[in-house]
Amino acid sequence: MITFSIVQLLPLLRSLFSRPVTERLPRPPGLPGGARFPGSMQLRHVDAGSCNGCELEIASAFGPVYDAERFGARLVASPRHADGVLVTGVVTRNMAVPLEKTLDAVPEPRVVVACGDCALGGGPFAGGYGVADSAGPLAAPDVAIPGCPPGPVAITQALRTLTGR
Amino acid sequence: MSAALFLGALGLGAAGSLAGAALPPRARGGVAALLTAGACTAAFAAAARVLASGVTVTASSAQILPLTGATLSLDPLGAVFVITAAVVGAAASCYAVGYAARGGGSRAATGLLPLFVTSLLLVPAAASITTFMAAWELMALSSLLLLLTGHRRREARDAAQWYAVMTHAGAAAILLALVLLGAHAGGQSFAAIQAHAGGIPPAVRSLAFVLALAGFGSKAGAVPLHVWLPRAHPEAPGPVSALMSGAMVNLGVYGIVRTGDGLLGGGELWWWLAVAGLGVASALFGGIHAAASADLKRLLAYSTVDNMGLVLTGVGAAGALAVTGHRVPAALAMIAALFQLVNHSAFKGCLFLAAGSVQRAAGTRDLDSLGGLLRRLPVTTTLFGIGALSICALPPFSGFASEWLLLQGFLRGFTAHGAATATALLAGVAALALTGGLTAAAFVKAFGIGFLGQPRTPSAAAAGEVGPAMLAGTAMLAVPCLVLGVVPGAVVPLLARAAGTALGRPVAGGAVPDPLRAGASLAIAGSTDVIQPALLAAVLLAGLVLAWGLVRLRARAGAERGHRARRAEAWGCGRELQTARMQYTATSFAEPLQRVFDDVLRPDRDLDVSHLAESRYFEQAVTYRSRIDDAVERGAYRPLIAGVRRWGEVARRAQNGSVHRYLAYGFAALVILLVVLA
Amino acid sequence: MSASLLASAGVSAIQLGAAVAGGPLLYGLMAKVRARAEGRAGAPVRQPLLDLWKLLGKERIHAGYSSVVLPLAPLVLIASTAAAVVIAPLVSTGPALGRTSDAFVMVFLLLLGSVAVALAGLDAGTAFGGMGASRAMTIGALAEPALLVALLALSIQAGTSNLPGIVSATLAHPGWVATPERVLALAALVIVVLAEAGRIPVDNPSTHLELTMIHEAMILEYAGPELALVTLGGMMRLGLLLSLLSNLFFPWGIAAMGSIPRLVLGLTVLAAKTGAIAGVIAVAEVSAAKLRLFRVPEILSAAFVLSVLAVVTGLVLP
Repeated sequence: MITFSIVQLLPLLRSLFSRPVTERLPRPPGLPGGARFPGSMQLRHVDAGSCNGCELEIASAFGPVYDAERFGARLVASPRHADGVLVTGVVTRNMAVPLEKTLDAVPEPRVVVACGDCALGGGPFAGGYGVADSAGPLAAPDVAIPGCPPGPVAITQALRTLTGR
Repeated sequence: MSAALFLGALGLGAAGSLAGAALPPRARGGVAALLTAGACTAAFAAAARVLASGVTVTASSAQILPLTGATLSLDPLGAVFVITAAVVGAAASCYAVGYAARGGGSRAATGLLPLFVTSLLLVPAAASITTFMAAWELMALSSLLLLLTGHRRREARDAAQWYAVMTHAGAAAILLALVLLGAHAGGQSFAAIQAHAGGIPPAVRSLAFVLALAGFGSKAGAVPLHVWLPRAHPEAPGPVSALMSGAMVNLGVYGIVRTGDGLLGGGELWWWLAVAGLGVASALFGGIHAAASADLKRLLAYSTVDNMGLVLTGVGAAGALAVTGHRVPAALAMIAALFQLVNHSAFKGCLFLAAGSVQRAAGTRDLDSLGGLLRRLPVTTTLFGIGALSICALPPFSGFASEWLLLQGFLRGFTAHGAATATALLAGVAALALTGGLTAAAFVKAFGIGFLGQPRTPSAAAAGEVGPAMLAGTAMLAVPCLVLGVVPGAVVPLLARAAGTALGRPVAGGAVPDPLRAGASLAIAGSTDVIQPALLAAVLLAGLVLAWGLVRLRARAGAERGHRARRAEAWGCGRELQTARMQYTATSFAEPLQRVFDDVLRPDRDLDVSHLAESRYFEQAVTYRSRIDDAVERGAYRPLIAGVRRWGEVARRAQNGSVHRYLAYGFAALVILLVVLA
Repeated sequence: MSASLLASAGVSAIQLGAAVAGGPLLYGLMAKVRARAEGRAGAPVRQPLLDLWKLLGKERIHAGYSSVVLPLAPLVLIASTAAAVVIAPLVSTGPALGRTSDAFVMVFLLLLGSVAVALAGLDAGTAFGGMGASRAMTIGALAEPALLVALLALSIQAGTSNLPGIVSATLAHPGWVATPERVLALAALVIVVLAEAGRIPVDNPSTHLELTMIHEAMILEYAGPELALVTLGGMMRLGLLLSLLSNLFFPWGIAAMGSIPRLVLGLTVLAAKTGAIAGVIAVAEVSAAKLRLFRVPEILSAAFVLSVLAVVTGLVLP
């Protein structure tokens, strides 16, 4: 059941009333012009065959230090609740159809965010035997985040261009 | 006038039965239904007049039944039950026309249904022991024979066997009780018994009440005497099961109220606490089984046990409060119990008729094989939905008003001092709450899995909407669910009169003050507790329209997308193949609740693994079977039946076929009798 | 007569507006408190309002084999929650429909919303929807006894089940707040509110793992405006439950039918009380884990036992 001891409570209260550890990030150039989803955007993350390096960076981007949520972005479980898909990894043959289906399940207006060199067609696995012939929706992503893996700051700044904050 | 109407109703019913048995096949269904509907209308009119005027109507004849004659007396309490039976009877006859036309129209079925309906109208009006028992037996036999019209199926024969034994054991108990009372009171009419009730010794009165409780309780479906109900109601044909659940079980409650409050003038506290205890046990047991059942009609049958348990709790609370002198809360509890009973007849009848339509259309009543019926049978689904929302006590339907009244009845009763009464009331509230939640779970399962989603089998996918007669019959019972929910004030004052008749035979004189003010709202006299169902319904409707307007408004603002919704494949995590079998089934839906109530349900699980011949490490096939039997049946009845069989085997040793031994038995008995009598 | 009716309608409108705006703000406040307790900056408190506005403008999608039930359910949820908000004594003890403001009516209205969403989950014809509906109805069924018996304890003490009546009676007898029956009923109701609103330890509203979802699984197929309505309904429900909790047990600050300044004061005090309770719940959420589904009946039975004890102490103790 719920174990609630003073030992657990004190550090919680301390962090509640002190400054958060989140770093301040400089505003990306051109903000807030061109924001597709001003103030609020939800993304459905799809791992289309990644090595999980990008996933770790994304987890860090939504963690306490870089906190992308403060700019209005959030990861959600269902594509129907989302505004777009955040794709990592080179699109393997097995994930080609699921990726299409996931994107199709997202209501309009929607975006495709390609995260990492693999999703942009490069990376160490490009041209491998398990990779799908066509990149599908990743052929023309709305936002590209290059890097292998891209750092959490790059990811956060890219999401800010979509939310305009 | 009312007497003539009522007798005319009985005559029409008898005529309908003859017509159904005698006329050629094409005509008999329609003519019998018409005559039965006429009988129900006449009985409704007579009972409505009695209720409205409050005057009891009597009729008697010394010729109809041999030796004792027949006496009929319709007072406001009986009138409520006559009205309920009349409405359900009319709906069931209308439904039966359509049901029969599709291949169920044997001479027996069309002949017996009017007889069954007539007996249901007759029982609440019977006013002497012989009339009552004659009507009771007529009801039991006609329903038994109607159940046996499905005799080709083994389950129907089984169900009929259980029903026959239990209903006749109950009838024997009732007969014994009434005869005890009649013998001590020196007369066999109810009026005579009531007049002399004070002079009967308390032990005899208690014994009579306990016997009557056993007999009538069994008919009403009180645990542990309910085991015939979940077997018989599902196996009966559509209109018959609606009549059984919607009108026949009510008469069990009628019997208890009539014997305890009417004939015996109130009685002891422990009687009514026992009634309330039975009610609580039935409510909980029925609710748990309904939540765990995957057979549509069995679910409805257990739900009947559940609701009758709530009614019995109300009746028990009313009786207990009346005995301890708190007449106003007692009247309130009785009104609430009667209202719940009336509402139950309406929505349960509607649900059973709709379930019968589903069984006709899809060929099965197993929820695990149904699904997607909203597209195929839209009207039946809507009517089932109305019944389901009503039984879950959701505003603005009728179940909401009656459950609120029951809660108020219990709440008011706490002003009475007495630990036993307070415990019973607290148990009543807890039972009402838990069964409310369990009923909601059961009917979300029944409606959501049976009617929504995708069809799970080809027969469900091929189901077609049933005929207009069946739809009309079901709709006839769905309308009261809505109307009584929005304007309960139309009916509740009449029920107050009935409750007053039931309870208001005070030894010290004086009528029971009115505990309710009913108009556009239901208000409890002497407190600020009130509900306004019509206003709530209006607010809900306004809320619906406003929310819908908000969606349209904003959609218009983003007009480039239009307001048509896009139809897309269901989200299955990107899975390439999605089939109907991937949906939840009724068994899986009920599984968490089944786990919680494992001790009550005690499911019978069977896991059968067969391995490949080559190696024990590889499995060829795995078969899993899980059955939920009625725990009372398994725990109490099967051992009892096994014990009776064993004694039967023992007794057979005395029957070895030798005529000499039988002659010796006779001679020995004669000698003993002579010795004893000398 | 018409002046008081107009005033009552005004109060109801204020309550409805406060619920529609305040529910999301409450969610945002709880998210902010959680974020700060985790050491993050967190999204602004008004973020749920921005999310809802954006969702209203998106495309509507109807999944697979769903029927009219899928678009109808969010409307029923909003209508029933709005009806409950309008009749509850939140800002003042005399709203328009306060004559019908009964504790038991509130329970049935909330049940109507739950049943609607559960049916929508089953309508989509997916495995997730069925799973969410099954779990939600199980928890609802087990929470209902605790809820009704706790409300019964309050009603017995106050002599009425009319909610403004209970609030007024508590205001008139401030000593009641410390009686054992009140404390036990409060403990039971806190557990029930957490179960009904789908918070930790019963359900995690922000989980991504479908097999751990209860409420989320039922609304997995919703998109656009319908999703906005369902989410708003859930937020209004949480706001209503927390406000009722604070007003039934700590009613000071609520206005009797009175002037505009008193209503404004009532609204402010309500916001403060509800915000405080929400903050405490958020801190508790951060330090606790979600219970296994099959452990939830244990906590709900504990709530039931507490509420029965509340009734018994109320009857036995003078």
